[in-house]
Amino acid sequence: MPRRDDIKKILLIGSGPIVIGQACEFDYSGTQGAKALMEEGYEVILVNSNPATIMTDPEFATRTYIEPLVPSVLEAIIARERPDALLPTLGGQTALNLALDLDGQGILTKYGVELIGAKVEAIRKGEERDLFKQAMAKIGVECARAWTAKTYDQAVAAVEQLGFPVVLRPSLTMGGTGGGIAYNREEFDRAIHWAFQMSPVHECLIEESLLGWKEFELEVIRDTADNFIVVCTIENLDPMGVHTGDSITVAPAMTLTDREYQRMRNAARDIIREIGVETGGSNIQFSLNPADGRLIVIEMNPRVSRSSALASKATGYPIAKIAAKLAVGYRLDELRNDITGTSAAFEPTIDYVVTKVPRFAFEKFAGADPRLTTQMKSVGEAMAIAKTFKESLQKALRSLETGHDGLDSMIGKVDYRDLAAEMRELANAGEARSANPNAVRDELPPATEEELRDAVLEVIRTPLGERIWYVADAMRLGLGLDEIHAATKIDPWFLRQMREIVDGEQQIVAGAASDVDADTWQAWKTLGFTDSRIATLRGASTVDTRKARKAAGAAPVFARVDTCAAEFASLTPYLYSTYGRASEASPTKKRKIMILGGGPNRIGQGIEFDYCCVHASFALKAVGCETIMVNCNPETVSTDYDTSDRLYFEPLTFEDVMHIIEEERPDGVIVQFGGQTPLKLAVALSKAGVPILGTSADAIDRAEDRERFEELLTKLNLQRPEGGIATGMQEAFDVAERIGYPVVVRPSYVLGGRAMEICHSPTELRRYFQVALEAVRDADTQTILVDRFLRDAIEVDVDAVCDGKRVVIGGVMQHIEEAGVHSGDSSQVLPAHSLPADVLATIRASTSALALEIGVIGLMNVQFAVQGKDVYIIEVNPRASRTVPFISKAIGVPLAQVAAKVMAGATLDEIGFTREIVPEYVAVKESVFPFVKFPGVDTILTPEMRSTGEVMGIAKTFPEAFLKALMSAKTVLPDEGKVFISVRDADKAAASALGRQLVDLGFEIVATSGTRDALTRDGVPAELVAKVGEGRPNIVDRLRNGEIAMVFNTTEGAQAIRDSRSLRRQTLMSEVPYFTTIAAASAVVTAIAARRTNPISVRSIQEYHEQTAPRAKTLVPPAG
Amino acid sequence: MHTTTPARPAHLALADGTVFTGISVGAEGETSGEAVFTTGMTGYQEVLTDPSYCGQIVTMTAPQIGNTGVNDEDPETSHPYLSGFIMRELSPVVSNWRSNSSLHDYLVKHNIVGLANIDTRTLTRHIRDHGAQTGVIGTGDPAALVAKAKAAPSMEGLDLTGNVTTKERYAWSESGAPWTTAQQDTGLHVVAVDFGVKRNILRCLVDVGCKVTVVPARTSAADILALKPSGVFLSNGPGDPAAATYAIETIQQLVGKTPLFGICLGHQLLALALGCKTYKLKFGHRGLNQPVKDLSTGRIEITTQNHGFCVDVESMAGKCTMTHVHLNDGTCQGFEHTETGAFAVQYHPEAAAGPHDSRYLFERFVERMNAARA
Repeated sequence: MPRRDDIKKILLIGSGPIVIGQACEFDYSGTQGAKALMEEGYEVILVNSNPATIMTDPEFATRTYIEPLVPSVLEAIIARERPDALLPTLGGQTALNLALDLDGQGILTKYGVELIGAKVEAIRKGEERDLFKQAMAKIGVECARAWTAKTYDQAVAAVEQLGFPVVLRPSLTMGGTGGGIAYNREEFDRAIHWAFQMSPVHECLIEESLLGWKEFELEVIRDTADNFIVVCTIENLDPMGVHTGDSITVAPAMTLTDREYQRMRNAARDIIREIGVETGGSNIQFSLNPADGRLIVIEMNPRVSRSSALASKATGYPIAKIAAKLAVGYRLDELRNDITGTSAAFEPTIDYVVTKVPRFAFEKFAGADPRLTTQMKSVGEAMAIAKTFKESLQKALRSLETGHDGLDSMIGKVDYRDLAAEMRELANAGEARSANPNAVRDELPPATEEELRDAVLEVIRTPLGERIWYVADAMRLGLGLDEIHAATKIDPWFLRQMREIVDGEQQIVAGAASDVDADTWQAWKTLGFTDSRIATLRGASTVDTRKARKAAGAAPVFARVDTCAAEFASLTPYLYSTYGRASEASPTKKRKIMILGGGPNRIGQGIEFDYCCVHASFALKAVGCETIMVNCNPETVSTDYDTSDRLYFEPLTFEDVMHIIEEERPDGVIVQFGGQTPLKLAVALSKAGVPILGTSADAIDRAEDRERFEELLTKLNLQRPEGGIATGMQEAFDVAERIGYPVVVRPSYVLGGRAMEICHSPTELRRYFQVALEAVRDADTQTILVDRFLRDAIEVDVDAVCDGKRVVIGGVMQHIEEAGVHSGDSSQVLPAHSLPADVLATIRASTSALALEIGVIGLMNVQFAVQGKDVYIIEVNPRASRTVPFISKAIGVPLAQVAAKVMAGATLDEIGFTREIVPEYVAVKESVFPFVKFPGVDTILTPEMRSTGEVMGIAKTFPEAFLKALMSAKTVLPDEGKVFISVRDADKAAASALGRQLVDLGFEIVATSGTRDALTRDGVPAELVAKVGEGRPNIVDRLRNGEIAMVFNTTEGAQAIRDSRSLRRQTLMSEVPYFTTIAAASAVVTAIAARRTNPISVRSIQEYHEQTAPRAKTLVPPAG
Repeated sequence: MHTTTPARPAHLALADGTVFTGISVGAEGETSGEAVFTTGMTGYQEVLTDPSYCGQIVTMTAPQIGNTGVNDEDPETSHPYLSGFIMRELSPVVSNWRSNSSLHDYLVKHNIVGLANIDTRTLTRHIRDHGAQTGVIGTGDPAALVAKAKAAPSMEGLDLTGNVTTKERYAWSESGAPWTTAQQDTGLHVVAVDFGVKRNILRCLVDVGCKVTVVPARTSAADILALKPSGVFLSNGPGDPAAATYAIETIQQLVGKTPLFGICLGHQLLALALGCKTYKLKFGHRGLNQPVKDLSTGRIEITTQNHGFCVDVESMAGKCTMTHVHLNDGTCQGFEHTETGAFAVQYHPEAAAGPHDSRYLFERFVERMNAARA
């Protein structure tokens, strides 16, 4: 059946902000879906609250709503747009749940909207455990034995049937939120309450433990004619017990015979048929007992998933695009495979090995339980492609940018005895360490080999983010593969492959310099070793090693990802490097520009930078350049094979990037858009003679290097907070004494405020050096910047474009939180809502002066702090910043495209972007945090960035925009009830004003003694509540009892912050809105008041943009 | 990569002079055959034991081979018939609960010359671009090996069925259990003519409730009919169908006398017997992911294929109806004889290795036999 003509307008729902378990893979799928539907001539109405997505670019849909993903707002959009159909399968769990809500509330029926892609019944069957189990029983596919519990007693009864350990899986959560494994009754009691709380339907599955079994995933597609294909098989290196998002995974499956695989495939076909997904992709997870082959289905997602993105990148088969076309009626055999031009109704076969490794951010969450469980904790991932697993694994590990040079040794870097002790403590403590995470452990005498071996063996029993390295160390320390297998349950095949890498190190160490001929180099490189690792092992310099290798004639080749193992010629240059015989890169002679991407997502460097890279590619394509993308993040739009003219799926290391440059010989390389990752390579690339486009490496250095930056500011007569550089603790004390506490301290050259803290006293500064810096392995921890902390200052972020002669400001954003909260974590308002005109003028003038003086060609971000009338420069980043997509969406000009064209030689005049656009409406950016995934972690906002994503609220007025932003961030503001206020002395006056407004709005106030006194003095009635430690019931008890509707709590000083920690945790657990700054609290009160009089209105960004300069639209060439 | 002995360099020399160098695995020695590739990611053991690969040197495009070792359940015949086996990397360790031997040991035991550490992708692209051609694997001087490759006979015009067929008639009763569920006995008797039959075809016939007798390729039509078959199955097998003239003649005498079902070589032989033509594809279809459309239902099957020759669609005009078409290149993947209902498919519905999408064809054969019986 060809495309359906009975539907004309399709509503597509995105997945909202980036959170753990739901990241930019859904931008990838949504973008592919929107493109596919537009291509087919449908009107696409797109809704997503996340501005940092490509899918919300105005060209990708007929109308785009950056609005909260909640049923009431969706209803308003549906009422306004009257779409014929809703496609919910490309926007993750968020879109699927929203579709169920809309259906449940009768909204779809009311407006006659048809659900396409998956019917309600199919979604329910796939998602609800009991229905799924019934369906599986019907088709004879075995599930793990399990019971669904809605009450504690039911849960206990289930455990009595199953025995420990048991797995807890809360219903309808994504990324396994709230799930876990309980080994004993005590752990179970704790975990089950958490699980119930996390499930929107207060339901949890208590399941037989399959710990240690093998885990597989199948990515499958089915069409209306019951045609079925498997796009990819994925095998998890980490056995059952670790969430697949946290596992190292490998494609294709490595340890299945055909019979075993076909049994799985048959089961998958029966499952998707029975569940009834008839127009799109699904992901089905299986577990297999390695002792006897017993096959169990774990779960299925009746939608495109994170693994679908991985499978698409791993095979070259565009799952989301095909799924979108199937949803509008096409059959598989009516579609073509873009890569080969043959039929899309086939199963990709691959002739390489793909490895995906997760990236974690435990260092950002002191006190978080580092053990990996069925609840996903990773924040990003890297994928690598190579001929063999060994090379692929080492490429993937170095792609992570966590300071590892492949599967390198951690002996001597990690104290295994310490770690083993920590694992014992954790096992005893059950949940998170409540012990002081900042404790400094006693120095032990050096370990003997045997002690080390025992410790490692103990450590590897527990799945941890870095276990793969510990396992390799176990091999280095002489533990046998049998012992390691017994401890880890990692399949012997994978262990043996790792062993070959470890053995390879010995050969590299032993090989005499004269022996290293081309074949030997080839053998080493085939194992995945980098020049730098070989150099380290041989005690040589990387430069010499590289020279020697090249002299011997050993160089990688580039092979194509073609879906067909070379059976057909591929039309798309989607390439990876490997060591082999012949290269298939076939570079062109066109004018070409290479864009270096941002690598794996991490906190501080996420989708925003991929957004910029993608836009650079679009812009440069539009001006006739061939674009070459280099990146290793499978979740992104940048690694889609049709985003750029050529795609290299490669690690972003100097060696890997240079190989591509040597093959392609680009006319220019862009390092400005991918965040810190490519920027770190700029100097080395520049030294190697690579033409870096845009702002020069020297200019970047002028902004980054403290002393040169000081000179620059002096020259321009600009001021920055007093400060100094310290190369050790003593120097830091000296600087702090000179400028006075509190001080802001941080290592230089880091992104996302890594290890950035405010220290109020010498004690805190000492602790900073002893503990906080320990965790920063990939930064230059020698140089510490110490600055005076500007109390109560308002922070401002400015993004601007400069062509060397002219500077145009993209936007001036005022932070809602005061200085001291990382800019990536704070809420920001565009245009600035409360700054005086002269301050804004100073900010604009300073920005221009800085850009011109530094010699910025492209984008620049400046952070200011405003204290009264004084404007301070906090930092200058001559590159794309996190706020570029937000501004671009707000003003209707794709800043990254403008910048890319400038970098390619155009002037702002030629481009037609000559004047700052200050919108007449308001856009608010709000951050989203992963605290819910990390029990026991303090939720207070600090200079260290911890948010994973952002949302945007856009409206005519600031209160409405702010309210929308909060709604999108899942903060539900109350309309009535008790507001708890507890503020530091400096905020008491402001608290009284807020209290009065709240009382006027009908709220009651609850306060701790000091705040209550202040309130009463100012005539605001308030009920007294005990602080924690002041007797009970205290505020935490009241929260737990559900008596408090909202919390305003400001603190200062380490002690006060520690004291209020349990309060913050409880508000998170009780899902009570919580604000830690007076500025945010004021905005909230204003928003609540505004909501009383004006209902939420919805409007597409295309309509907003019409209000801004009409010429902006001419800038935007959509992707091909 | 087998670690017990130091790696010994070995070469694949192609008739066009191209040489690929890797290391010797499996049996030592020299071998020649038509160099082909297969793109299946699973089932190397089934590939090794598929008689249709007789006379061929098979390259696995999947890079990690031998991971699951070999077991007693999965062979498609008693021993491998192929001439040589090429892979990117041979696993030094076996990981699978059903395995009882390593692939290396299996190759040694059955005297199959193997070649590992080959850039199989480059080799595959070479075959794709220059066509399937004769190759020689050996450890000697590459130039001498090329000369031998040039001198070796081409697959075209070669009848290899004699090398692989059974010498004696035998009854087959093994079903696919425990991997499949067998249906009730139908009382039907299938005589399977063995041109190189795969065990799983026979298991599939048992699974649909048939009694199966396997006869040597050169069994005469009279002898076959004397067995009182409910239907005759024409098996897969190696070589050029046009060269198996004896088989074509036998089949001509069977057409119209009993329901006929052919697979792969059996498909080509039936076509030739009905007066159609066959031709050699540039590099054939070999893999587990080949899309075929059943023209009667519109359904897509992901099929296992292993063929270098093909039935010419135009030559079928007026005699046969094409029932199945390859979605990638439009080649004939199945036909039915208009007059008698004899039918055949080019691909492997028994799919060992491969997806089980096409097992319905065995049921279709049962329907035809039942119809003929009634």
